[in-house]
Amino acid sequence: MANEPYTEGPIHTTVPVVGPDLTFVSVTDKISSLVLKRKTPLWWFIGFAVSFLLVQLLLLTITHLVFTGIGIWGNNVPIGWAFDIINFVWWIGIGHAGTLISAILLLLRQQWRTSINRFAEAMTLFAVASAGLFPLLHAGRPWLLYWMFPYPNTMGIWPQFRSPLMWDVFAISTYGTVSALFWFIGLIPDFATLRDRARSKPFQIIYGMLAMGWRGSARHWHRYEMAYLLLAGLATPLVLSVHTIVSLDFAAGVIPGWHATIFPPYFVAGAIYAGFAMVLVLTIPLRKFYGLEDFITMRHIENMAKVMLATGLIVAYGYIMEAFFGWYSGNIYERFMIYNRMTGPYKWFYWSLILCNVLAPQIIWFKRFRRNLVVLFVLSIVVSIGMWLERFVIIVTSLHRDFLPSSWGMYSPTVWDFSMFLGTIGLFFALLFLFIRFLPIISIFEMRTILPEAELEED
Amino acid sequence: MPSGVPPECVVCREIVFVGTTCCSAVAARGFRILEIRSQGLAKLGAMPQIFRHSTNALAKVSIFGAIFILLAALWAAAELHRSSWNTGQWVERQQPIQFSHKHHTGDDGIDCRYCHTSVETAASAGMPSTETCMNCHKQIWADSPYLEPVRASFRTGKPIEWIRVHDLPDYSYFNHSIHVNKGVGCSTCHGRIDQMPIAFQASTLQMEWCLGCHRNPEKFVRPADRIFDMEWRPENRTSEHVAEGRSLLSKYQIQKSEVLTSCSTCHR
Repeated sequence: MANEPYTEGPIHTTVPVVGPDLTFVSVTDKISSLVLKRKTPLWWFIGFAVSFLLVQLLLLTITHLVFTGIGIWGNNVPIGWAFDIINFVWWIGIGHAGTLISAILLLLRQQWRTSINRFAEAMTLFAVASAGLFPLLHAGRPWLLYWMFPYPNTMGIWPQFRSPLMWDVFAISTYGTVSALFWFIGLIPDFATLRDRARSKPFQIIYGMLAMGWRGSARHWHRYEMAYLLLAGLATPLVLSVHTIVSLDFAAGVIPGWHATIFPPYFVAGAIYAGFAMVLVLTIPLRKFYGLEDFITMRHIENMAKVMLATGLIVAYGYIMEAFFGWYSGNIYERFMIYNRMTGPYKWFYWSLILCNVLAPQIIWFKRFRRNLVVLFVLSIVVSIGMWLERFVIIVTSLHRDFLPSSWGMYSPTVWDFSMFLGTIGLFFALLFLFIRFLPIISIFEMRTILPEAELEED
Repeated sequence: MPSGVPPECVVCREIVFVGTTCCSAVAARGFRILEIRSQGLAKLGAMPQIFRHSTNALAKVSIFGAIFILLAALWAAAELHRSSWNTGQWVERQQPIQFSHKHHTGDDGIDCRYCHTSVETAASAGMPSTETCMNCHKQIWADSPYLEPVRASFRTGKPIEWIRVHDLPDYSYFNHSIHVNKGVGCSTCHGRIDQMPIAFQASTLQMEWCLGCHRNPEKFVRPADRIFDMEWRPENRTSEHVAEGRSLLSKYQIQKSEVLTSCSTCHR
């Protein structure tokens, strides 16, 4: 069984999650050599240079923004929220796949998560970092952002606990903290492996400090498993809660098109949808360039595509329900809102969104496309664009035509809106490039536990 | 074991040090730690450790230290922000003329309103013109060298440049007349000005200080005839005292605390 190619055989037999020829030694060698031994490939330098340039663009934008004010962006009354919140929600959504893979799939004992969880968690962290910049800077005076936290201040007041924006602060900071802890704790045994294998003294010291004295004793493992499980338990509700609260930023408002009870589940599904699309966008080239086909197999790719299809269908249901509620509410503002979305000045955004998020993913139903990496890669990019369009449609079309025609307006982004967005993409990829260069992108010790070699022999 | 070759675990070929054991894969195969020790490491030679043994203690101390240093830094920031170094409370302000409130108000008994004429009718309490000073000082201490700047101002018509002691930020709206007319006495905010040879800011002027009264005005209001009384002190010891404060609220028609603490009451 172990020597058969995993692609053959009836579909219901258990196919191994990883390639057939891997052993304890080869897994450890292969993953750790990416960090320690292999020469840094040329594509890494090119990729990092491009992302780093975009980071400079981000810094330039932030500097200009802080010195001038958020008037450099295109959003203004009545469209008070635009690119900043669109991008915030987009990035936060992308992060969700990482938490889902690492926490929920761990608790559900889905072994296939092992090859991709480290990578997806890193993606979560970097996405949260990119996301966090937007509300921070939209506040206008980022150096006063600590006012959002409840602390005994000299103003004698607390933040407005009834505001969903306040809940956002807690949701995002909790999410960032738990994700970082989860990621770091998962890395400790691998840090120890790198420490023990590193040849140069500085790397031994750096990895050694990060390994926090890990020796791999039974007591260490016992505590480690407990801590990891507890953190998984903590992270699991976050998959649902964070985007629920993000959706409440809208749903708690009375703007037509926002004030709907379907928002929390619809947003959470959208987040996981966007997140898996991003994991695929990153995984497909990475496994190709690093030759990780044995670790991230077609089974992983197919599974992720299936999760994408399932969540995509939930999102499609959300769109249908939005239109239905608009009509069924009998409220002229709600009816106008959905009519305006479909036929108003931003109708192309709406129909592109339907094309990207509802129609395009239907090809995943076919195994032929599901297993075609190029098709899947392009589709994942299309879905990422679609999810961005979704937030644009929800935010801008709802705001630009509200209750009073006298206060209607139009929105167009400025060059600084785009530079900020591009800059965060650069930040995300720069961090990701650093991650794949200096840390094991796949969990070494967890991979070893799912090898056929690790199966217990029954006496 | 030849020197220079890193020792490996016999089970999984991981490079290991003295005292280390192996990976979860080994544990998953059903080995217990003791077995690995005896099978693997018993055969292995020693390799120098990266860190000295004392690093363990250092690591533990640094983790606890980080928490305490962080908490201490937060505490210090909170204290500094409330300290007179930041607020200017208790700091005596030197003026161009050695003017003593203690002498004029405490010893001579001059009413506050003799100099601060608009306190009952305007937002600003008003600073006295040089002519107000000269009303008396034409007769008393008329030749004193201390008062030469006053006489110079009187001759030239150029006002005396007093240094402001209580400087509220421009984003907060404050009106003296409403406070004075609705039971807030001078000493409630300015302290015992009749005992200050050199005036200083008696309160922090921080928002939590403003809100202390706006949230519970019944604890601070006084009868209309005691507004300029420097010795009046709020007494909230018994239920009668509190009931008296409440009755003053309705007498003055002071609004509910929701209105008094609304943002736009002070930030207009």
